[in-house]
Amino acid sequence: MTVRSARSSVTVPLGEVAPPAVEPTPMRVSEERYVLTPIPDPVFDIQHLSLYYGEKPALVDISFQIPRRQITAVIGPSGCGKSSFLRCLNRLNDLIDGSRIEGRVLLDGQDIYAPTMDVNDLRRRVTLVFQKPNPFPKSIYDNVAFGPRMMGIRQRAVLDEIVERSLRQAALWDEVKDRLHASALQLSGGQQQRLCIARALAVDPEVLLMDEPCSALDPIAAGKIEDLMVSLKENYTIVLVTHNMQQAARVSDYTAFFYMGHLIEYQRTTDLFTHPRVRQTEDYITGRFG
Amino acid sequence: MRKRTIPRWRAEATPLLGLCGASLAMALLMTVAMLGLIFSQGLGLFWQKRLVRLQLRDGSRWLGEVWSRETVPDPTTGRPVRRIALHHGNRDLWGTAFRWIDEADVVGWEYPPDAVRIERLAWGPAFGQPRRVWVGDKPFVDPVDVRDPVWQELFASVRQDRRVLQDVEDQIDEVNDRLERLRRQELRLRYRSASDPSAQAALQAEKARWERVYGVLALRRTTLIERLQQYVLEVTAADGTALRIPLAQITAVIPANRMGLGERIRLYARRYWELITENPREANTEGGVFPAIFGTVSMVLIMSLAVVPVGVMTALYLREYARQNWLTRVVRIAVNNLAAVPSIVYGVFGMGFFIYTVGTAIDRTFYPWMAPTPVFGTGGLLWASLTLALLTVPVVIVATEEALLAIEPEIRHGARALGATQWQTVRHVILPAAAPGVLTGLILAIARATGEVAPLMLTGVVKLAPDLPIDDRFPFIHLERKFMHLGFHIYDVGFQSPNVDAAQPMVYNTTLLLLVIVVALNLTAIHLRNRIRRLYHGGSM
Ligand SMILES: Nc1ncnc2c1ncn2[C@@H]1O[C@H](COP(=O)(O)OP(=O)(O)OP(=O)(O)O)[C@@H](O)[C@H]1O
Ligand SMILES: [Mg+2]
Repeated sequence: MTVRSARSSVTVPLGEVAPPAVEPTPMRVSEERYVLTPIPDPVFDIQHLSLYYGEKPALVDISFQIPRRQITAVIGPSGCGKSSFLRCLNRLNDLIDGSRIEGRVLLDGQDIYAPTMDVNDLRRRVTLVFQKPNPFPKSIYDNVAFGPRMMGIRQRAVLDEIVERSLRQAALWDEVKDRLHASALQLSGGQQQRLCIARALAVDPEVLLMDEPCSALDPIAAGKIEDLMVSLKENYTIVLVTHNMQQAARVSDYTAFFYMGHLIEYQRTTDLFTHPRVRQTEDYITGRFG
Repeated sequence: MRKRTIPRWRAEATPLLGLCGASLAMALLMTVAMLGLIFSQGLGLFWQKRLVRLQLRDGSRWLGEVWSRETVPDPTTGRPVRRIALHHGNRDLWGTAFRWIDEADVVGWEYPPDAVRIERLAWGPAFGQPRRVWVGDKPFVDPVDVRDPVWQELFASVRQDRRVLQDVEDQIDEVNDRLERLRRQELRLRYRSASDPSAQAALQAEKARWERVYGVLALRRTTLIERLQQYVLEVTAADGTALRIPLAQITAVIPANRMGLGERIRLYARRYWELITENPREANTEGGVFPAIFGTVSMVLIMSLAVVPVGVMTALYLREYARQNWLTRVVRIAVNNLAAVPSIVYGVFGMGFFIYTVGTAIDRTFYPWMAPTPVFGTGGLLWASLTLALLTVPVVIVATEEALLAIEPEIRHGARALGATQWQTVRHVILPAAAPGVLTGLILAIARATGEVAPLMLTGVVKLAPDLPIDDRFPFIHLERKFMHLGFHIYDVGFQSPNVDAAQPMVYNTTLLLLVIVVALNLTAIHLRNRIRRLYHGGSM
């Protein structure tokens, strides 16, 4: 029902207004779907997830599984709900007034929207690196130590150890080890993004959600972060939102294609980019729209 | 094709820009003029002028300092007349200390080298020529010269005696204080249980003991005063009258016409030092303003302690916790409008709410034995500070809200995404980031509060309160005490005193001090803000 309403609300006015000379944009959700299932050893099992901001649906009936210790890429045109989807996985949407979800999200078989769930604990297990670097206006050290401190770790030696390990994992240690107590805002954009990754790693999560971590970076910095993700795969499950198809193809194992709040196709990355099963996916990855 | 050209002046709005610039210049000019007046007047008034003796056509003679000169139209002929305002002092002789003299009437104009200005504890300064020192009814130093070691030695020893007297008076104060406390204890005892004779008796014995101590000290004081009263300086006033001033009354003898530049500068510095360290005398027109400085500063500090937590918590609630809906909007509009309520209204509210409601309730609950004397049920430092906190809390709320608004939602969500609770986020991320904004609010609040007088007059400021609200006597901080304030002092001395001319130096210099204090308090807050900025937003920790 929601699918139909979403479709009609978009197609009807556009069909009337758009002059025929303009390149016809297929602003229509394909009826075809392809979702690979089951996935071996899933961390997340998402079942019929819908998300509304007020009355407006942002995600519609999403179901798929995210594999453990793999990189899963989420692609799709701007505004299709990729960030909203990530925020569903650690209940960050709870902070937005008027948001509401339907369906279930199981983390290791446990419904994260169950009333018994400890949300703050969940957010430490599943932590999010934002699209825009958002270091706190504090020193580099305090940024990384923030999460552990909030968990109650006070001993200096332990914190020192965590800070160094996280910064090393985020490939930032060598650049900042001499100025740990300088303000984080003095770092370059790419360094700030890696700092935010280090900050997320410091709480020792199981899943790392990354929302376009390279969008603000130059190719060299982006390359560093890509290498970083591949190296982190050994220990962490990563869900990566990206606009960069090459990047998704390079680093991810599975890829989900979202379109206007719908999951159109979900496959192994190699398959999705070489043999897309759905026409709309093909159009998107070959750059015919989006 | 016709091309329509817009004149350059209209396209670039040059006249408007000119008007803006001119307004800015006007505003600056007015401010500078006012500051200039205060500074030039204030700073000049403590400078020791030479003493002039005027011989008038009618044969009278006047000795004093030329205060100012002006040209006014003659009331009958309308022709301009130049006249002099002369500060001739000796109010005990002539009832006034100032007079206008037409320059046309002056026939002789001289600066007698031995003329002196005498600062004394009563009647304002005296002007004249010193003749001799009497002890009892015998001339002791005759003639006297104030530059002579004999006089200086004598004056020094009298001052020494006066210090001893001061010590004795301080001790008497302390005994009085103790007696007052015993009296309160007695009242409390009587209130609690009328039938506890042993405690009553102990208290009476204690009281009797201190009353005896008081007797001893009082005797000592009388003796000292009698001894001090024996030394009298005889001065010839301008009209030849012999003026007899007890040495004990004299604080300084200034040979104004024989002073070098160095001496003048030292005298000038000493007068400022007295102004900021001493208690007022003579209906506040002389002496210092120390209690007023102390009262102003402690009031602002207590206000800050109250206004920052309340303002910050309100803003936090409005921005971080409450849902944004019509109710928060109404509250916000109300808060903004509170800033526009006239301050006297706050004064009335402070009196009605803090003093008569809260204060009376405190008195009934904690000090019932003191009835009918109010303790907190009357104006005092605490109530005045809280009233000003109420007056300035909108400023702090608005500034804090602005600071919170400037923090990007990504920062908040970033902390929450790491598993921090809302309170942890507020405490460790939001508040530190907003702290400079909060301090900006506090700076504005201080600037506003330091200058407020009207609400204070209803809630605890008085003309004279030598007992400071913080002192070395238990319990050290006396928030219920009335206090003095520089702003009120200006009003009182400048416009309520019977001797307005004599108060002039006081008014200008008190204004100057008030400005200095506002600036100093603000600089402190700005310094604090910059340090916090460096701490959280850049540089090292
Ligand atoms: N806080 C919010 N309140 C209301 N609507 C929102 C909110 N956040 C996102 N939306 C809407 O939800 C839809 C999905 O937004 P989302 O940010 O998830 O897109 P996205 O795929 O991440 O886009 P981009 O690639 O541009 O980041 C959009 O139509 C957006 O307008
Ligand atoms: Mg996004």
